[in-house]
Amino acid sequence: MGSTSEFSRRDLIKRAVAAGLVAVPAMSVLSACASGDSGDGKQVDKGQKSAKNPLAVNESAPLDVVIFDGGFGQQYAKDAEAEFTKAFPKATVKHSATQKIQSTLQPRFNGGTPPDLIDNSGAEQMDMGTLVGKKQLTDLNALLDAPSFDDPGKKVRDTLRPGVVEMGQFDGEETWILYYAYTVYGVWYSRTNLEKLGAQYPETWDDMLKVCEAAKKKGIAGWTYAGKYPYYLPFSLYPFIAKIGGVEVLKKIDNLEPNAWKDPAVKAAFEAYYELYKKGYILQGTPGLTHIESQTAWNEGKALFIPNGSWVENESKQTTPKDFRMAVGAPSGLDKSDKMPFGTLWASGGEPFIVPKNAKNPQGGMELLRTMLGKKSSQNFIKSVSSLTSLNGGTEGLVLPSGLASSQEALAKAGKNVVNPRIQDWYVALQKEKIGVGALGEMMAGRLTPDEAISKIQKYADDTAKDDSVKKYKHK
Amino acid sequence: MKKIGVGSHMQHGKYRFIAGFLVLPLTIYGVFLVSPFVQAIYYSFTDWTGLSPDFSMVGFKNYQRLWNDDVFWKAVGHNVLLLLVLPLITLGLGLFFAFMLNVGGRRRKNAAVAGVRGSGAYKIVYFFPQVLSIAIVALLFQFAYNPNSGAINSFLSGIGLDSVRPDWLGDPGLALWCVMAVMVWSNVGFYVVLFSAGMSSIPRDFYEAALLDGANRFQTFFRITLPLLWDTVQTGWVYMGIMALDGFAVVQIMTVGPGGPDYSTEVLSYYLYTKAFRDGQAGYATALGVALLIVTLVFAGIVMKLGRRERLEF
Repeated sequence: MGSTSEFSRRDLIKRAVAAGLVAVPAMSVLSACASGDSGDGKQVDKGQKSAKNPLAVNESAPLDVVIFDGGFGQQYAKDAEAEFTKAFPKATVKHSATQKIQSTLQPRFNGGTPPDLIDNSGAEQMDMGTLVGKKQLTDLNALLDAPSFDDPGKKVRDTLRPGVVEMGQFDGEETWILYYAYTVYGVWYSRTNLEKLGAQYPETWDDMLKVCEAAKKKGIAGWTYAGKYPYYLPFSLYPFIAKIGGVEVLKKIDNLEPNAWKDPAVKAAFEAYYELYKKGYILQGTPGLTHIESQTAWNEGKALFIPNGSWVENESKQTTPKDFRMAVGAPSGLDKSDKMPFGTLWASGGEPFIVPKNAKNPQGGMELLRTMLGKKSSQNFIKSVSSLTSLNGGTEGLVLPSGLASSQEALAKAGKNVVNPRIQDWYVALQKEKIGVGALGEMMAGRLTPDEAISKIQKYADDTAKDDSVKKYKHK
Repeated sequence: MKKIGVGSHMQHGKYRFIAGFLVLPLTIYGVFLVSPFVQAIYYSFTDWTGLSPDFSMVGFKNYQRLWNDDVFWKAVGHNVLLLLVLPLITLGLGLFFAFMLNVGGRRRKNAAVAGVRGSGAYKIVYFFPQVLSIAIVALLFQFAYNPNSGAINSFLSGIGLDSVRPDWLGDPGLALWCVMAVMVWSNVGFYVVLFSAGMSSIPRDFYEAALLDGANRFQTFFRITLPLLWDTVQTGWVYMGIMALDGFAVVQIMTVGPGGPDYSTEVLSYYLYTKAFRDGQAGYATALGVALLIVTLVFAGIVMKLGRRERLEF
């Protein structure tokens, strides 16, 4: 009548082996590219240098631009490209936009034919340390020393916000990256929701606890955060550490110095945050929320404060009530012995633009960046995506949305006291999955004490310092 | 003479004819399957970053690093756990449902064996998840697992269990089980259908005979259904094994980090991905790929070994 067949099973086992191996060939499709040659490296001839063309762009050479099509979209780049072709009518601009930066561009880097300008951003960002280490990028100092777009008497370098140039440097004097957007990190809140409690943004930690207690009595949580991506916590925690112990503490952390995390300022900051958990001020279920879910809960008024960056205004647009009056606060101070004043803030560049070393038209790539850093393109960016750019100022005459206006105020208040921890772009794995998910997330969920979290992080940092497969950087 | 000549010519021609058919598939196989394998093994001995064409040989360094990498061992542990638990639960449930749908019902007048009432509808319902892409399934469950406003915790509150509102994916003790539940949910329907097909080829008279002898449902299942279905079950085990060795999509879309909390849902395929595409360590990632190959080979070997069993003729 029938027989239980041996045949199909054997066949299946073979398939099992094959399917399990998909990972191997998938890697190899990439490897195939590695054996390609590094390109002929031929660049277009330089054009005629003039006051209008300080970078000596070849006026008829095509320009190849790849933009990360993420939170900021791509229209701002298209608009700037239109400005570029106005100045160089004979040039054609090839514009492409993608969310998959790495998968699109990795083969082109390996083949030696990368584009002229890249917005290397998003989840598929190519590792900057590796690109720099393998000498794949063009030094942008030529651009920074060129006259700025609006004022020929000023170098581009001198029109940028503080810290932007340094962020693009790694070991030496070369500037490899130009961050176009400018992000303000901190404790985000709704002015309306605080007023409902009769409270103001707390400038000290004692006041912070009082506000949280008042909220708790009304069934509102003090804090929530992106529990699934706990590396959002540092956005307010790191400047808090700097405020308590001075910016040196963060520099030691960035430099992976032994016992950097054992600094008393770190312990004090961790204990303060842990108290939020202990006193029940964290929104129930926060450790299982994504950034969007936590922002939505915050928009709904379930929690008062959330550590975040200035992109949150654009990102949570859909769920933000009209009368929310979003604002950002600098970390509340711990006590009078804090080394830095209230207002100390983390702000830094976002949207890293790079010009590859093997680009055909590197001058063109830099010229487009110079155009984008002009007031016209910059304002266009601010208006359309409600984020600041690296161009210092540039907001005159614009009506800013609530959160952006508050970012601007916070920056003005911070003045010189802007800190910029580098660990998140120098050591991504350490910052995100180890410190963030492995320790901070665990501590805020109550599964580690501050002391345990600190020891765990110190060990992670020491392991990274010893790991010679990770390129190391130091503050100058 | 002439005749022989023609014959050998024809013989020769036949081989050329066959070879002609095989050249293309063999070339494709060689270029797209064999050569990438060999290359991957080669690249696992280099320090290639994946971002530039230059790299150098580093010998067994990647493998030494692998050996001392705690996260790697955690990932292997999770893959092995998935390999043991996933097939057991999924196939167990699949068998149970298929049995109930086909022979588990009350005896009716016209048939010796029948499924439970409405079994036709159940079959379709069970198959639904199979139609959804795994990305959608993972996203749906992400919403359901939301500890603050998700369906599961809302349900718990609804039935008065307000004090038990777990963090689900946010809890390292539960996260991997949450991932497994999703994988079981999305796969069980397929096995219900597969086993139903297998069961329908088992002759009804066997059941009639067993029932006449006074066997209950429990006995019919273990004495008749399971032995006669054994080969199909093994097929299912291999398929589920493939699922367990992968798990990439669910882990990447759903879990904390992803891969967490505290590496509690890290699996080999996701770890490989982060090393290759986030950290610019393609050489190390290929070494991880080779490790995954070894795990797969061991799994296949065990299945082959256990699979040798007498065939039942019926």
